[in-house]
Amino acid sequence: MFVKRGTPLGQVRGLGSAKEGAHHWWMQRLTAVGNLLLFTWFLASILTLPVLDHFTMIEWLRQPFVAVPMVLLTLNVFWHLRLGMQVMIEDYAAGGTRVTLLLLSTAFAIICAALSVFSILTIAFGA
Amino acid sequence: MATRPQVRPLSPHLSIWRWRVHAITSITHRITGNGMAIVGGALFTWWLVAAASGPDAYMTFLAVARGPIGVIVGIGLTWAIFQHAASGVRHLGMDTGAGLSIERSKLSATLTWIFSIPATAAFWLFVLLR
Repeated sequence: MFVKRGTPLGQVRGLGSAKEGAHHWWMQRLTAVGNLLLFTWFLASILTLPVLDHFTMIEWLRQPFVAVPMVLLTLNVFWHLRLGMQVMIEDYAAGGTRVTLLLLSTAFAIICAALSVFSILTIAFGA
Repeated sequence: MATRPQVRPLSPHLSIWRWRVHAITSITHRITGNGMAIVGGALFTWWLVAAASGPDAYMTFLAVARGPIGVIVGIGLTWAIFQHAASGVRHLGMDTGAGLSIERSKLSATLTWIFSIPATAAFWLFVLLR
């Protein structure tokens, strides 16, 4: 895989754990519990809306106790799915493909989350 | 290093496990999670951007969502949410060290399906019949 060069210490530097696995694991669990709570609220809310036309959706989304949970749900779910996609990519892809897919999945999560939060706030602030 | 085989099996070892309910549930967790991440994440964003963009953009979203493809994708996403949530709760329980025996693992894996399929049916019966 790699050419042996340098001192024994130099050869092992950069190998092994990045020491971030436990934090990744824990954040995946925290956001999982967050998703359980927020999606229970979200699905129940969508089910109990009388109709799903534009006016109803705007009037629903602009309430403080809807807009704020929706922002939290957005941040939580895109954080969680970014962590989850990373697990799959690291299991199945290697080398340059792995790095490319990790960058793409991160960009996807951040762009979608930013667009979603901006949209919720635009509606909430009445534009 | 030199004695390691060059080609090593990749987690989660799909080619060597027997396909039983806990194996199927495990890979289903990954498929539903990554499927929702891409399809669900994109549609969720489209829904909110369309709502913020105005009635016309929202009409376009609703037209697709209420079409046959939209309903099929919607049912698929709903089932994926329920299956991934139930399987996720199973994982959270197993993270504490509970239910790791083969019998308990098979039972909890079976329960995720017993939850997710009726829950999806109930959700869509409510949506379509009310």
